[in-house]
Amino acid sequence: MSVETAVGLAVVWPLLGIPLIALFRRWPNLRETATLVTATSLFVVVVKVILPAVTAGGRPRLDIVEVLPGLQLAFEVEPLGMLFATVASGLWIVTTLYSIGYMRGHHEENQTRFYICFALAISGAVGVAFAANVFTLFVFYEAITLSTYPLVTHHGTEEAKRAGRVYLGILMGTSIGLLLFALVWTYLAAGTTEFRPGGILAGRVEGWRLFVLLALYAFGTAKAALMPFHRWLPAAMVAPTPVSALLHAVAVVKAGVFTVLKVLVYVFGIDLLASTDASRWLTWVAAFTILAASIVALTKDNLKARLAYSTVSQLSYIVLGGALATSAGVLGGGMHIAMHAMGKITLFFCAGAILVGAHKTEISQMDGLGRRMPFTFGAFLLGSLSVIGLPPMGGSWSKWYLLLGTVEAGQLTMMVVLMASSLLSIAYLMPVVARGFFRPSPDDGQGNPGGGSSLGIHEAPLLCVIPPVLTGLGCVVLFFFADDVWNLLVGML
Amino acid sequence: MILEHLARMSDDLPALQIVAPLLAATICLIVRRARAAWAVAMVVAWGSFVNAGVLLHRVLANGTISYAEGGWRPPWGIELRIDLLNALVLLVVTGICAIVLTASPRSLDQEVRRENHHKFYALYLLCMTGLAGMTITGDAFNIFVFLEISSLSSYALIAQGTTRRALTSSIQYLVMGTIGGTFILLGIGMIYMVTGTLNIADMAVQLATVGPNRTVLVALACIGVGTGIKLAIFPLHIWLPNAYTYAPAIVTAFLAATATKVAYYVLVRFVYSIFGAPLAFGELRLDVVLMPLAIAAMFAGSFVAIFQDDIKRMLAYSSVAQIGYMVLGLSLASVSGLTGGLVHLFNHAIMKCGLFLVMAAVLLRAGSTRLEAFAGLGRRMPLTMAAFVVGGLSLIGVPLTVGFVSKWYLVMGALEAGLWPVAVLILLSSLLALIYVWRVVEVAYFRQAPDATPEIREAPASLLVPTWVLVGATVFFGVFTSLSVGLASAAARMLLRIDL
Repeated sequence: MSVETAVGLAVVWPLLGIPLIALFRRWPNLRETATLVTATSLFVVVVKVILPAVTAGGRPRLDIVEVLPGLQLAFEVEPLGMLFATVASGLWIVTTLYSIGYMRGHHEENQTRFYICFALAISGAVGVAFAANVFTLFVFYEAITLSTYPLVTHHGTEEAKRAGRVYLGILMGTSIGLLLFALVWTYLAAGTTEFRPGGILAGRVEGWRLFVLLALYAFGTAKAALMPFHRWLPAAMVAPTPVSALLHAVAVVKAGVFTVLKVLVYVFGIDLLASTDASRWLTWVAAFTILAASIVALTKDNLKARLAYSTVSQLSYIVLGGALATSAGVLGGGMHIAMHAMGKITLFFCAGAILVGAHKTEISQMDGLGRRMPFTFGAFLLGSLSVIGLPPMGGSWSKWYLLLGTVEAGQLTMMVVLMASSLLSIAYLMPVVARGFFRPSPDDGQGNPGGGSSLGIHEAPLLCVIPPVLTGLGCVVLFFFADDVWNLLVGML
Repeated sequence: MILEHLARMSDDLPALQIVAPLLAATICLIVRRARAAWAVAMVVAWGSFVNAGVLLHRVLANGTISYAEGGWRPPWGIELRIDLLNALVLLVVTGICAIVLTASPRSLDQEVRRENHHKFYALYLLCMTGLAGMTITGDAFNIFVFLEISSLSSYALIAQGTTRRALTSSIQYLVMGTIGGTFILLGIGMIYMVTGTLNIADMAVQLATVGPNRTVLVALACIGVGTGIKLAIFPLHIWLPNAYTYAPAIVTAFLAATATKVAYYVLVRFVYSIFGAPLAFGELRLDVVLMPLAIAAMFAGSFVAIFQDDIKRMLAYSSVAQIGYMVLGLSLASVSGLTGGLVHLFNHAIMKCGLFLVMAAVLLRAGSTRLEAFAGLGRRMPLTMAAFVVGGLSLIGVPLTVGFVSKWYLVMGALEAGLWPVAVLILLSSLLALIYVWRVVEVAYFRQAPDATPEIREAPASLLVPTWVLVGATVFFGVFTSLSVGLASAAARMLLRIDL
């Protein structure tokens, strides 16, 4: 199999699993096996066939069709997309395992639809990762929005439908209103929308127009959750937890920041941005989002809501890295895609495990739970440390490079922002662990046998607990293998 | 000998587009049996579609076809003249006629009494005669004649609706349509006054020497108002929502995809071929009138659509908005803009026809097209509702559907002309489409049907297949655009007299 074929195959691979999933809808075990096989084989194709070629400096390209003159549906794999595809496809396997435990443990309905939409969304994410131009990226970006909508509204309740409206309204609204505008503008100005090293806009768009175009891209990509277009992400938390874990901490949101980063590097070009200061304002918007979202996270008692705002904050790290327009900033941003993905998916897995095992959603109810669910809370600790950015966790490296980037760009204020955000993330994540392990359970020592709410609580089903432990350990592994990520990403500069 | 004879006969193909449905209409009246009449109509409709394909092929290979009716040479005799522009329109019109006809029997059984079916098919074919005639004739007065043929038969078709409101809607359309036709006739008369000819090609030549005087200005105004009524351009659209809502579902699918499209073609033909862009836009500033109206239509139509409880009516208002896009493309008077307008003619015909066929299916199975009737249909009529979703996404303009292609050219046309606020408005109005489409999707998929409702089955294959052919086409032509965009942009260049 040639690498080019593999690239095309990787995008359609999740779709090929869909007929199987639908066929086996009456036999859940077979259905989940189908998903698992699809996910694993996708990961193998991505890592075994495409990754070596890209690491060796190759840029496998596959042209599908020229939709309009100069507007091609085409794939070309470069390091950043490679990283994103690896992360998304790898974590899909873990999430599938987790989904089996969660969806059954939680007695969810419409599970076949759930697995089908999931596969569609992953296909969209791989398509975004491998897109050779802004147009192709836009196509798959919209595909992700549409395929995740039924996952957000999964429960079909009034609340879910309302969340779905916010979700679709903001994501579609910004992408059609702003991103499509930017796409047409880029096409008119540069005559192409291809991603090219060094960018395609130098000398073609100048002055204030550059600022406006950048704003259209940055805000048009609402999946990156820059304020004020972040509301969809907390709204999406009504979805089942596996969706929040893989899609709203990894695939969907990372598709957003990936888009921003890719546009900054390959459409504008960091040299153009550095020489014109066109992205300076974006660092401020990102900084504001980082701090404001962290502070909002502090006020949330619902664990998933707190994690959602934490995601909003962390996503802006990546935008900030790109907007600094220095090589260390871009590398840090790119690495943070992988590091944050691993950390945040762990946290969401744990939140779901707590829901399944203990039926608790509010942090204030979690006193003493850690002793009954040690593995879950242990994994939560690992994930938290990585998100905060402490060694020996992968998250520390991306933060390190981001800090370097602020120095390179001479924007020390941004360094202070990053430091402050780390402190804030300690403040909103650590209390969960502390309550779980160190606070007494509400009914401990109160002599309330039989009627106690937490006495019957134990770990969630095995398939809900193993995945967070795995990804938690993954955060540690990433600390030691950050070198490989760095080596891959450095190829994009 | 035989081959020679056939070759000579094949020169008569353009005339067949008009003669065949006209004759078949009378045959339908003679056979008097529903299914037999349907079979006759089917043969003629699909034959016309194939014929249109052959004609298009010839135009592409050998350039414009000129056919002298009765052997009288133009500009004295009546000419049928097929160039890139009307070859495309003819393909759309005949294609839609054929597909809608294929879908019609089951839906008609529900809405029209069996003993009237043969009359229905006769009217349908007459309407098709008129539309095809308007499209391919090279004679301005002939446009009026064929317009009246198609209009009169469409009034009768609309009146077939099951409710009494169908009659009032038909009357309303009749009054407005007649006013429109009269304005067109007045306009043609005035052009005849200053040029002394009725042949379109000849008119263009003569008019260029006359230049912009007051008669020409008034003629343009009359043509604009007249076609504007037939085309349902805001604010002359008030007949359309009623007519589309109360007509039988099949008639709505047919008219929505053909009648307004042909009226748009007539406007394009008059503005660009007869008056010419320099005169119409340079001297007479038609764009100053049309562009605000088009933008108003985009917003008013979509905005009103959001508040409709009858989904058929919602789609009718959506048509008002989509017509706004087409007129906007026309008023931009650039290659990108006009390409956008013309390609939207093609695209909108496909997607709206598909959506109205979905309405026919829902009406057949659920008994109503009101929003409540859609509850739970996502599960009960999965294929039908999936077709609605795809068609709806195309209305919104999601990439890889035809709606995106149209929007792309319109936005590009606006930006090229430096009218970036217009580009913003185009994109904003698509968001209104998102709202009105998603209202239905949400009810269909996430609202449970009330327990009391009887079991609803999936639509019959005879409706489902044509629907999916059209919906499939919205995706196909959203990816493979060489036919639609290629023809539209070639036609736009021809109309703007820019060499290929």
